[in-house]
Parts: sequence; C-alpha cells; structure tokens
Amino acid sequence: MKSIPVSTTINGDPYEFLCAPDETLLDVLRNRLNLTGAKEGCGTGDCGACSVTLNGRLVCSCLVLGAEAEGAEIATIEGMADGDELHPLQRQFIDHAALQCGVCTPGILVAAKSLLERNPDPTDEEVRYWLAGNLCRCTGYDKIIRAVQAAAAEMRGA
Amino acid sequence: MMRYLAASSAREAAEALAAEGGVTRVLAGGTDVLVQLKAGLVEPALVVDIKKIPGIADITPEAGGFRIGAAVPNAVLGEHAGVVALWPGVVEGANLIGSTQVQGRCTMIGNLCNASPAGDAVPGLVAANAVVRIEGPSGTRDCPVAEIPAGPGKTTLKKGEVITSVFVPARPKGASDAYLRFIPRTEMDIAVASAAVSLELNADGTVEAARVVLGAVAPTVVIAEEAGKVLVGSRLDDATLAKMAAACEAVCNPIDDKRGTVAFRTKTAGTLAKRAAVIAYSRAGGSK
Repeated sequence: MKSIPVSTTINGDPYEFLCAPDETLLDVLRNRLNLTGAKEGCGTGDCGACSVTLNGRLVCSCLVLGAEAEGAEIATIEGMADGDELHPLQRQFIDHAALQCGVCTPGILVAAKSLLERNPDPTDEEVRYWLAGNLCRCTGYDKIIRAVQAAAAEMRGA
Repeated sequence: MMRYLAASSAREAAEALAAEGGVTRVLAGGTDVLVQLKAGLVEPALVVDIKKIPGIADITPEAGGFRIGAAVPNAVLGEHAGVVALWPGVVEGANLIGSTQVQGRCTMIGNLCNASPAGDAVPGLVAANAVVRIEGPSGTRDCPVAEIPAGPGKTTLKKGEVITSVFVPARPKGASDAYLRFIPRTEMDIAVASAAVSLELNADGTVEAARVVLGAVAPTVVIAEEAGKVLVGSRLDDATLAKMAAACEAVCNPIDDKRGTVAFRTKTAGTLAKRAAVIAYSRAGGSK
C-alpha cells in the first residue's frame, strides 16, 4: 500500500507523518504520533471519545482520514493544559469527580472547551445538547454538566 | 488497495471517478463514507476527497438565493444568517443530523448521496425546489434534488458524476418553511418519519403556494403534491390541516420495522406535516 506523506499542525507544533490511504486520523494520532489521549470507543462517530478539533471545528477523529490532515490545524487533549497548569475544565472535572473510568474524559474535555469558546455562558440544556455525541457510561452525566458549568463560571471570572 | 486523491478541481474529480474501474466513493465530510469503510460495507478502489476544490466549501449569494458548496459542513450552514433567514426549514433539517462532532463534518450533499430514505437534509431541499450542480464526464449539468434519490443507498448519478453545489432559490416576501422529524429520543437518532413544508402566502394571509415533502415513509423522499394543493387558499384552519394530513397518509409507503410500524409511520408523517405547516405559516408572517 502506498503511504501518503502528510504535513500538519497539532497543538501548535508542526508534524510530518506517513499514513496509509484508509488510515484514520485517530489511528495516526495514537499509533504513529504517540498522542494517545484521544480514545477509540466505537470507531463509528457515535461515542465522541476520539474528539479533537480540526481547523477549529469539533470532530470525531475516527471519522477523519489521516490524509485529510494535510495543511490542517488540529488540537487534541494533549494541548489543553499549559505545562503543569491544568485548564479550568480539567481542574473542575477533578474537583467535581466528573469522571470514573476516564475513557470518555479527553473527548468530553475537548468538546466542552469548544463549546465554551463559542458560548461562554451556556444553559445546562445547551451543555447537554452540545455533549450529546459524547457518551459516558459511568457518571450519569450530572457531574459532567456541573463541572462544565463551574469551569465556565471560573473562565468568565464569575 | 484503496487510493486517496485530493482533487484540485471538479473536473479532476469527475475524470478520476470516471476512469476508475472499481468501486469509488466521494469524500466530503466522511461521516457516512468512513463508517462504511470501517464496517467493511464497501472496499473502494478510489476515494476522491473534494474538499480542496476551490470554492466547494463556500456559501455564495446568487440570484436572490444561495449556492451552497458540496463540502459546506452543516454546522457552518447553521451559522450562516442569510440561509437561515431565507430557508430556515432547510437548515433545521440539516442541523438535526448526528452530534456536534458529526455536524462539524457532515454535508447536505453527503446526506443526499448517501440516499437513506430517512436523510434529514433531503425533504427540506426538495420542498425548497433546490437544484444540484453536477460535474461529470460529459460536462456540467443541473438537476432538481428531488430527482437524485433512486432508492435506499441508490442515486440517479451516473458513473463519474459528482455534485459540486446545491442552489436554494430566492423567495418572495411572506414565505417560509419548516422541517420536523419523529425520533424516539431527543437527539442522535434517525427519523422514523419526517415532513418538510414550504409555504408562500398572499398579502391577505392565505396560502398562495405550498410544497409538502415526506421522509422515511417510502424508498425515497416523497413529494405529497395533493397535500400541498389542499393548503392553497386556506389560512391553515383545522379542517384544511386534517385534509392535508389525510393526503399525506395517502402517499406513504413505509417499511415495517422495530423502529416504527407502517401504521405508526403513516399517521406520524401526516401529523408532522400539519405541525410543520403551522410553523412555516407562522414564520412566513401568517396569523390564524
């Protein structure tokens, strides 16, 4: 199989990789670039565990080909903390115990960050609809919504 | 083995698709194509990514309407104030598909070409008399959206043809549209039945023209012509709406499965058409 050379930007850093034509961005991130924060849950775009942003849009990286990353700007969970300084969403998720097994957590954090960039003061309903594509089988979602709202309030300086 | 081509022009895409002897897929948002790849439902010899074609992700005003590129993600469509104002029903159908993540990638044209009878973007486009532009081996042609679906998973597109944009036309003052679907939950599901209604009103608030289109109740989207005619001249009084719902039921030919029986889908399609008509009427400035 002919490999495709791809140049892209991930979390602000330039990356170059070779991938197979049918290889997903998720597999590239995890298996070639050692960015294992994005998880594979369903592999069909239903669970959101592989959420990243592609040119500023929240997407499932399992539904993107690695080859499509050519020239793109990608942001993953690995770029969320500033060194050792956690993002307010990450801190509030810990403080609110908004995770148990943690498999859905990177995707939910990336998705929630994307929401708060567009809507700094969402209603609970808006948070729930925005995160409808992020499945969590542990928490029952309530703590997740509270953690997102706490982070939103903190980021608004409220 | 699958080859991947990021076409730099519509012509290049059409020529590559025409020249390939094996199975091909056009890649825009990929939210259906990648699922098919993953499931092993298709093993394409060639996937042509159309997103690098200049202008294909643009929304451009044209003749009082809008030309929407085939690679415009539905999330981007939903943020376009001009299209939302002119064709709110088209946009609300498109925005019902999948999750936030899927909305960031999926396109109306992808939904059309995936050719599911339950595609949420399709009834609104058909009600809008939308027209797609197709690049193919014999040049460029335009075709009404209504003539693209041929059955579940099948379109009337010929070998080597690729849709590059869809045009939603201008409309007079006092006109609007709406789309509703039934799903057993509130989000992330496939329509059991759906209805799009587009209305143009006279100055006195009576309906001048109406198009009623049903989804998920037949192998393809269905134009309920009689239902549209019933509405003309009315202010959507209850008797007219009941007659319109009956006309919708008469053209339903749904499947019976675990998600809905024939009787349920048929009745629901009529009910949704009534409710969508009322919403479209109100959006168009009518008051009962």
